[in-house]
Amino acid sequence: MFNKIVIYVFLISGCVFFTLVQLYAKEYDYINISNPFLKKTPIAVTDFKSFNEKVSEVEDGRTAKDILTKALDFTGYLKTMNDTAFLSNPAQSGIQLGQIKFHDWTAIGAELLVTGGITESNGKIKIQLRLFDTFNTKLLVGKVYTGKRSQIRKIIHMFCSEISYVLTGKWGIFNSKIAFISTVKGKKEVFTSDFDGSNVKQITFHKSISLSPSWSYDGKMLAYVSYAKGNPQIFIKNINENIGTIVNYKGMNISPDWMPGENKLAGTLSFSGDQEIYLLTMKGKIIKRVTKSWGIDVSPRFSPDGKKIVFTSKRKGTPQIYIKDIESDRVERVTFKGENNTSPAWSPDGNRIAYVGIEKNKINIYVMDIASKMPVQLTMDAGDNEDPSWSPDGSMLTFTSNRNGGVPKIFVMNASGSDQRQLIRLSGKQSQPDWSASQNR
Amino acid sequence: MKKRVWMNLVMAILAAGLLLTVSCAKKTVVTDTTTIEDQEKAEAAKKAEAIARAKEEAERIAQQELEDQMAQEKALAEEKRQAQKQRFENQDIHFEFDSAKLNPVAKELLKEKAVWLKTNSSASVTIEGHCDERGTTEYNLALGEQRANTAKNYLIDLGISAERLATISYGEEQPIASGKTEEAYQKNRRAHFAID
Repeated sequence: MFNKIVIYVFLISGCVFFTLVQLYAKEYDYINISNPFLKKTPIAVTDFKSFNEKVSEVEDGRTAKDILTKALDFTGYLKTMNDTAFLSNPAQSGIQLGQIKFHDWTAIGAELLVTGGITESNGKIKIQLRLFDTFNTKLLVGKVYTGKRSQIRKIIHMFCSEISYVLTGKWGIFNSKIAFISTVKGKKEVFTSDFDGSNVKQITFHKSISLSPSWSYDGKMLAYVSYAKGNPQIFIKNINENIGTIVNYKGMNISPDWMPGENKLAGTLSFSGDQEIYLLTMKGKIIKRVTKSWGIDVSPRFSPDGKKIVFTSKRKGTPQIYIKDIESDRVERVTFKGENNTSPAWSPDGNRIAYVGIEKNKINIYVMDIASKMPVQLTMDAGDNEDPSWSPDGSMLTFTSNRNGGVPKIFVMNASGSDQRQLIRLSGKQSQPDWSASQNR
Repeated sequence: MKKRVWMNLVMAILAAGLLLTVSCAKKTVVTDTTTIEDQEKAEAAKKAEAIARAKEEAERIAQQELEDQMAQEKALAEEKRQAQKQRFENQDIHFEFDSAKLNPVAKELLKEKAVWLKTNSSASVTIEGHCDERGTTEYNLALGEQRANTAKNYLIDLGISAERLATISYGEEQPIASGKTEEAYQKNRRAHFAID
């Protein structure tokens, strides 16, 4: 679906700087989103300049600004400023580099500035967007997009991806999706939504139990578990076409996870009489048995490089989290605190594991640095919290929480645990969110 | 005078007639003795018939009672069989938190189930493994299967053919008790036996 949208993008000339000032440790990392003590950077978003000053153009400009503000505020690292504090109005005085009075913005503490302009003709819109570094008086990125009026949201999110890339070195969340489970008349079905919880769509109609959705790296395939044919089987579905395969070995076929960059997946199968994790082709053929240990081995999740698998195992008497190198078969236990640690998720930077820990009947999400193995509790005193899944840039986690009235809903928080809020507003019970990779580039 | 003679004659005739009638009546009574005898016979026959009928009825009732009793016995037996079947299906075995180990009560129940399976040798069963809501969805699917498998293996050890025992795990997907109490958790941590 990502290639269907026709939006023409032009680079505003001479505007991408790959030789940015080394403000922070990494190259072109204005913002290090892995920093748990990250302070949000204040960013000013101005009114959009309407070039023809038509009513519909002004309205579209307002819509675009609103979408832009909401999207930037959604991130864990930017905070849009209240525009009543603004000292100048680029919608009138000009939105280009030479027309910006940077001291008007530094004076109110805006470290970043986004200006926008909109032209409408023959039902088509042209939107130009620029991101400035106010203290260094520089244009960081500028783009011109043309498309239909109905594509404003898409265009704004494309530019947000550019903002993300120039500030963090990552394409971010704006072109990602979330798959999750929701109840429909008591039956569990797979749904998807945009990164911000909007645009909710029902994907399956099995009228059975569907569980554990997992996106393929390119966002084209979904794997999930269904009881539609009796025993739990892994269904592999092309999201745009009505084709797919079913992994239906005897016993259980559960907890699928796609390998990054490959059309392969891991899953737990129990046909041998014991639950083991296997590496599978997308046709369900076994490539390799990954675990060789009696008892529960479940919930495999790949490392970002696809070389290792983190999983839950009860091999030492209690459920704990282990990492296995697929090639060398070397196993390492990573959780040592607590009696019940499950549901791991590997951070996109490869350094951290988020997981679920149960202590005194309280179910909470923890994150640990793999090197130090020090767990940090992210949720507390707010119902049961399960199913952590990282945003593609590693800046956020989506998860399930029943903190509001005991009904499980999909939530989101920054990777540090801040800004916990409900993401998807839908009737029924939701669970098991899986955040897709970013579909930019 | 002549008229009086006629009158007397008529009277005499009437009197004679009356006399005759009386004697005739007497004669009827006599012939009635045979009639009485007939009636006695008939009554005797009737009585005999009634007795026979009563006997027959008694026999019929007895037979009926016997049949009723047999039916009742059969119903009772059926009821008992149904009760045993229901107990087989409805009596879940329970587990400790995060455990698939069989406790002594579970083992007793499984022995009882093995007896039932031996009596009903054509029945095959699906053992469903279930969990309480604590723990994550995928882990509980795995744990539920472990529970179903331990129950299955115990029945196999008791001599039940593995071909008659299927397993499926529903993890925490089908709780029978709601609420965040140990009582509810306990009810949900179960292996359920469904006759196919």
